[in-house]
Amino acid sequence: MTIGYFSTTASFRIISMISNLNNAAPKMAELGAGSMLLGDPAFNYQEHELNERLKRLYPAVNEEETPLPRSWSPKDKYSYIGLSQNNLRVHYKGHGKNHKDAASVRATHPIPAACGIYYFEVKIVSKGRDGYMGIGLSAQGVNMNRLPGWDKHSYGYHGDDGHSFCSSGTGQPYGPTFTTGDVIGCCVNLINNTCFYTKNGISLGVAFTDLPPNLYPTVGLQTPGEIVDANFGQQPFVFDIEDYMSEWRAKIHGMIARFPIGERLGEWQAVLQNMVSTYLVHHGYCATATAFARATETLIQEDQTSIKNRQRIQKLVLAGRVGEAIEATQQLYPGLLEHNSNLLFMLKCRQFVEMVNGTDSEVRCFSVRSPKSQDSYPGSPSLSPRHGATNPHLHSAGADSPTCSNGVTPPNKNKSHNKYPGVSSASSSSSSSPSSVNYSESNSTDSTKSQPHSGTSNQETRCVARQGFLLNLTWVLCSDSEMEIEAEHYTNGVAENSSTRIMNGTYKHQEILQAEDDSCASRQLCGGNQAATERMIQFGRELQGLNEQLCREYGKNATHKKMLQDAFSLLAYSDPWNCPVGQQLDPMQRENICSALNSAILESQNLPKQPPLMLAVGQATECVQLMARVRSGSCSFARVDSFLH
Amino acid sequence: MACLLEAPLRISVLSEVTATSRHYVDRLFHPDPQKVLQGVIDMKNAVIGNNKQKANLIVLGAVPRLLYLLQQGLSSSELKTEVLGSELRTEVLGSELRTEVLGSELRTEGAVVLRTEVLGSELRTEGVVVLGSELRTECVVLLGSELRTEGAVVLRTECVVVLGSLAMGTENNIKSLVDCHIIPALLQGLVCPDLIFIEACLRCLRTVFISPVTPVQLLYTDPTVIPHLMSLLSRSPRTQDYITQIFSHCCKTPEHQTVLFNHGAIQNIAPMLISLSYKVRMQALKCFSVLAYENTQVSMTLVNVLVDGDLLSQVFVRMLQRDLPIEMQLTAAKCLTYMCRAGAIRTDDRCIVLKTLPCLVRMCSKERLLEERVEGAETLAYLMEPDVELQRIASVTDHLVAMLADYFKYPSSVSAITDIKRLDHDLKHAHELRQAAFKLYASLGSNDEDIRKKITETENMMDRIVSGLSESSIKVRLAAVRCLHSLSRSVQQLRTSFHDHAVWKPLMKLLQNAPDEVLVMASSTLCNLLLEFSPSKEPILESGVVELLCSLTQSDSPALRVNGIWALMNMAFQADQKVKGEIVRALGTEQLFRLLSDPDTNVLMKTLGLLRNLLSTRPHIDQIMSSHGKQIMQAVTLILEGEHSIEVKEQTLCILANIADGNTAKELIMTNDDILQKIKYYMGHSNAKLQLAATFCISNLIWNEEGSEADAMTGCQERQDKLRELGFVDILHKLTQALDPNLCERAKTAMQHYLA
Repeated sequence: MTIGYFSTTASFRIISMISNLNNAAPKMAELGAGSMLLGDPAFNYQEHELNERLKRLYPAVNEEETPLPRSWSPKDKYSYIGLSQNNLRVHYKGHGKNHKDAASVRATHPIPAACGIYYFEVKIVSKGRDGYMGIGLSAQGVNMNRLPGWDKHSYGYHGDDGHSFCSSGTGQPYGPTFTTGDVIGCCVNLINNTCFYTKNGISLGVAFTDLPPNLYPTVGLQTPGEIVDANFGQQPFVFDIEDYMSEWRAKIHGMIARFPIGERLGEWQAVLQNMVSTYLVHHGYCATATAFARATETLIQEDQTSIKNRQRIQKLVLAGRVGEAIEATQQLYPGLLEHNSNLLFMLKCRQFVEMVNGTDSEVRCFSVRSPKSQDSYPGSPSLSPRHGATNPHLHSAGADSPTCSNGVTPPNKNKSHNKYPGVSSASSSSSSSPSSVNYSESNSTDSTKSQPHSGTSNQETRCVARQGFLLNLTWVLCSDSEMEIEAEHYTNGVAENSSTRIMNGTYKHQEILQAEDDSCASRQLCGGNQAATERMIQFGRELQGLNEQLCREYGKNATHKKMLQDAFSLLAYSDPWNCPVGQQLDPMQRENICSALNSAILESQNLPKQPPLMLAVGQATECVQLMARVRSGSCSFARVDSFLH
Repeated sequence: MACLLEAPLRISVLSEVTATSRHYVDRLFHPDPQKVLQGVIDMKNAVIGNNKQKANLIVLGAVPRLLYLLQQGLSSSELKTEVLGSELRTEVLGSELRTEVLGSELRTEGAVVLRTEVLGSELRTEGVVVLGSELRTECVVLLGSELRTEGAVVLRTECVVVLGSLAMGTENNIKSLVDCHIIPALLQGLVCPDLIFIEACLRCLRTVFISPVTPVQLLYTDPTVIPHLMSLLSRSPRTQDYITQIFSHCCKTPEHQTVLFNHGAIQNIAPMLISLSYKVRMQALKCFSVLAYENTQVSMTLVNVLVDGDLLSQVFVRMLQRDLPIEMQLTAAKCLTYMCRAGAIRTDDRCIVLKTLPCLVRMCSKERLLEERVEGAETLAYLMEPDVELQRIASVTDHLVAMLADYFKYPSSVSAITDIKRLDHDLKHAHELRQAAFKLYASLGSNDEDIRKKITETENMMDRIVSGLSESSIKVRLAAVRCLHSLSRSVQQLRTSFHDHAVWKPLMKLLQNAPDEVLVMASSTLCNLLLEFSPSKEPILESGVVELLCSLTQSDSPALRVNGIWALMNMAFQADQKVKGEIVRALGTEQLFRLLSDPDTNVLMKTLGLLRNLLSTRPHIDQIMSSHGKQIMQAVTLILEGEHSIEVKEQTLCILANIADGNTAKELIMTNDDILQKIKYYMGHSNAKLQLAATFCISNLIWNEEGSEADAMTGCQERQDKLRELGFVDILHKLTQALDPNLCERAKTAMQHYLA
C-alpha cells in the first residue's frame, strides 16, 4: 500500500508539530489574560479583537514560529520617531529640514509567508507641515534614516506626490496623494509576491511586483507634526480584505480541484478505496467494511472475528468498563498486555478513574442497578467518526491535538467547558436508573424508601473512607517525590495515540454516555456505594503496587507517576467532577486509551497501527506546514481542514 | 402555414436525405396510439444534437403533426373524462359541467373532441368537457382513469420534448416553429396540472423566446399568460429557471417592465434570490437587472423589498463577493447600478462606492473574458456618468485608466500568429471592446480636469480617438466622439492635445454624413472646438464649417438646432467682420428670425446669444444694424412682448444695450417710442437683472463720450433731452437708491453722464 508507507519518524514529526500548533492557542489566551490585569478594559477588548481577527485572517500562521506584526517596534526605529498608544501611533519629532531628516519605523515582526495575503492600514492623523509621509515595507536592516522605498529592499507609497518608490530615490506615478483623515492600506500578496495599496477602502492597483520575503510593515515621516496610526487588526479594516482573500482562496481551491490526474484515474481510485477500507477495518466498523469491500471488490486483510473482537474491546473501554476490557484483551490476545506493561498500567489507571466515576464493572456490580449498560450498547457497528459539533470536548481536554485533522479551530475555552455538563444534567433528569435518581433526591422527604444505601450514615462512611485514602495518597505522593524525573520513549507513544484518537470519536459513544449519565449526574464517588468505594481503595493500592513493581523492573517512569498522581488526586476533592483534575472523568478521555489499546492489538497482529488515511491526512498537513516554511504563500488557502468535511 | 407550403419544394431537393427522416414522420400518423408514442420517442432520440435531422423533420412537416398530437392530448386529459353510466353523468353534469351528450359521441361547447385512440386502446369512451380544474381532478379520480391521463401526458410530454429539441437547432428551425404557431400551443399547455409536462412546455418556450428571431410581443398578446406564468413560479426550481429566463429575454421596453411589475414580478421573483439552486438565483438576478434598467418605479420598489429579513440591496451586495462566479458578480453589480441611477440608492452609499464600483472595475481587468470586460466597462460608465465623485474614485481604482488602454490591443499581434480561433474571437470583440473603452473614458472625463489630463496622457490616447472617429463601426464612431466631447470640455486639452492631433479634421469629416446621434455629439464637440481660445477655431473656419452649421439649425432635432446655433454663437464671439458677415449671409435673416421664434428655449437663447455676439464693437453694430436694423428691432419687440423667461428677456435687453452702444444704431432705438417705453417698463421691473439690463441700455444711450466730436455731442444732448422728457431721469434717480449695488452703481454712473 503506497500511501501507508510512511516512516514512523515522519509521523512523529507531524504530531509534535500538531501539538505545537495547538499549544499556541492557550498561550495566546494567557497573554490576553495577563494583560487583563493591567486594568484597561478598552485595551483588553482591543487585544481580544486583535487576536480574533488575526486568527481569522491568517489561520495558517503558526505564531510560535512566525509571530505576526502587532505594533511598531520601539527598538527598530530612527531616533526622530516617537511612539505612543501601545506603539501603534507614530509621530515625527525631528527638525524636518530636508530629506536627511527622514525617519522610519518597522513593525515588531516580518510578515509570515503563511499569511498568504497580508494587510495593514495606516490612518493619517495629521499631515504635519508638508505631509511627506511614506507607507510601505522594508527588509530588516534597511536604513531607518530614510522614507520607505528609497533604498534596496524597501518599498513605499508617498503622500505628498502619490508616487510609489520601489527601492529607488525616484518615484513612479502611482496613485492619488493622501493627507489628514485618509486611511491608507497596504496589502502584500505572498502568493504572487506583489503589493497593492488602498485609499479609504478603494484598491489603487498593484504597486510592486517580485517582492522579496520577510518584509516588515514600515512607515516613514519627514516633517514636524506628522502623526499616523497603524491598524494591524486591532480594528476592522476600511478595505474589505476578507473579500479579496476569498477570491484567492477560490482560485487556489480551483487549482487543486482541477489538478490534472490524466491517465492515472484508475490507480487513484484503487488507492482511495484501499484507504477507506483500511480505515473502516482499523476502527472496527465490521459490517460497513464488509459491505464496502463487497461493493468495491477489494480484500480485507484482517479476518472478521479479529475485527469484531477489537470492536468489542473498544466498546468496553469507551463505555468506561475498563476492567472488562482488560479481561477481554487478556483472554483474546494472551501475552499482549503482559508484554506491554506501560499500556497495562495506563489501562489500570483508567480503570481506577472509571471506578471513581462509578462506571467500571468492579464498582458497578455493587450498585443496585441492573446491568443496563450492556443493553445500551448499540448492536450495530458503532464508533463512527465524530466531527465538528462534538469537538469542543476534545479541546477542553487541553493536551490533545485534534485541530489539524478535524477542521475546527480551537473554540473558546469557557464555552466548551459549559457545554458538556449542560447536556449531561439534562439527560440525567429523564434517566430511568433508580439508584441514581433516588440518590440525587435524597434530601427530599420521601426519597429513601427504595434506596438502602442512602442517608447520612453512608455519607459519613464515605467521608471516613476518603480520609483514609487521602492519607494513603499523601504517602504515595511523598514516596514519589523522591523519584527522579526521567524522560522515556513512552511519551511519544502517548502523543501518537492521542492523534490517532482524533478520528476515533463516536456519536454512538455519546449515546452510551448519555444513557449512563445518570451515574455521573448524581456525582457520587463510585456511584455512592460504600462497598464500591472500598473496592476502589483496594484497587488503588494494587495500582500503587503495580507502579512500584514496574519501577523495580524498568526503572522510574515520570509519566506513570504523573498518571497515578492525577488519578489519585481525584479523591482529594469533595466533588471530583468539579475539580482541577476532574477533566479525567470526562468520558471523552477514554478515547485516548481506547485507540492506544486498539493500535497495540493491531500491532501484535502485524497490522499497521495507524490507518493509512490518517497518515495521508498527517502527510498533507505536514506538506502545508512545509510550504509555509519555504515561503509559499498559497499554503494559507490550501489548508487540509478546508477539504475535510 | 409557411413550413407546410415550402415542404414539397424542398423534398424534391433533399429526397435522398429525407428518405430515413420520412419514416419518423410517417409513424406519427399511425392509427395505434402506442405506435405513435414509440414513434415520437424514436424521433426524440434521432434529433438530439443533430441539426440536419432537425431541419429535415421540420421540412417534412413533423411540427404541425406534433402540435396536433400535443393539442389532442391536451384536450383529452385536461378537459375530458369518461362517462361510464348515466348515474355518474348526472353527478358530473350536476356539478357545473357544461356538456352536451349527443349519443355515443360527445360534443362539447367550443371545445375539442376527445379521440380516445390516442390515449390507449382500453379507453374507448367519450369525453366530457370539464371546466374548472378542481372538478376535472375530481372526475378523473371518480372514474379511475389515472392510467389514461398518464398515457396522454406521456405522449404530450414527448411531443413537447421533440419540439424543444427542434428549437435547439438553428435560427431557421425556430422561425419555422414560430410560424407553425408553436407559442400559443405551448402556452395553452401550461394550463395542464401535470408538472413534468409544464416543465417541458416551459423549457421549449424558453428555447424559443431566447432566440433573437422570436418576436417578444408574442408573450404579451394573451393577457392571461403573464399572471399564469407568475403563478407557476412556485411550482418547482425548473419552472422558476425557465420562466425567469423567458421574462429576462422578453422584457425589452418600459411597457414590458410595467406589465411584469404590475403582475407582481418583484414579489414573486425576490424569494428566488436565496434559492438553493445557483441557476435559479442567477436567473432571478438577471431578471431583476432587466426589470430595473432605467425604471424608477421598479428600482424604488426593489430597495424596500426584504428577502428573508435582508434588504434586497444587501442580498445583491453579497452576490458581489469575489469568490462567486463572475456572471453573478457582474449581474448583481448591474442591478445595483440601475437602482442607483434610478435614484433608489444614493451615489455615496457604501454599497455603491466600496462594493459596486470596485466590482465593476475588476470586471474590466485583463483576467476577465472579453464579453465580461465589455459589459463591465459599459455598466461602470453608466453608473458614474452623473456623479463626479464616483468618477474621481474610479479614476484611481486599480489603474483603471491604464487598464482601459488594453482594450485597444485586440486582436493582438500574438493572437494573429498563434491561434486562428483566438484571432477570430478577438476580431469579433474588438469593436465592442473599443467602444466600451471610449464610453468609459467619456464618462470618466466628463467633469474632472485632472482625470481628463490623465486620460489624454494615456499611451496613444488621442491617436486612438482620431482613428476611432473614422472607424467603420457606427458604435465605435459614436463612442469615440462621445469621448472626444467629454475631453473637449477641458480648456487645457483644447489648447494642447486637440490642436496637436488636429482632431477637428476627422470630426469635420464625421459631420458630413452621419446619423443624428453621431451628429449631435460631433456638433456638440465642435461647439467647444470653436471657443475663442481654441487654436482649432481658425482651421475649422477655413474648412467652410459655416454652411454646415447653418444647415444644422434647420434640422428637425432640437438638439442639433441648439448645437448648430451654439457653434455659430461661439464662432461669432469676438470674431472679425468678415466672419460675422459670413455667418449672417449664410444663415440668412429669415432663418435667424425663424430661430428667434423656435419652440425650444435653448435654441432661442443661443440665437439671442449669437445676435449679441454679432452686435459687438461699435463698427460691427452700426454695420449690421444698417442692413438688418428693421428686422432686428421687430424681433426684439416681439420677444419683449411675448411670454418668455427672465433669462430670455434679459438677453434681449442686452442686445438692445449693444445696439444702443452703436453710433448710428442708437437712433433706431431713439426713434422707436415703443421700445423706449418697454425699456422704461423693465427699469421698473421687479427683477433686478432685467432692471440692470434696461438701465444699461439707457446708460448707453445717454453716454457722453469725452473727446468725441461736436456733432456727436449735439446728438448726445438731444438724446438726453428726449429721455428726460420721457421721465427716465426720475427713474434713474430712484434707482440710485436701489438695494442692488450693481444697479445702484449703474444708475449713478448714468446720472453723472447726465450732469456732464
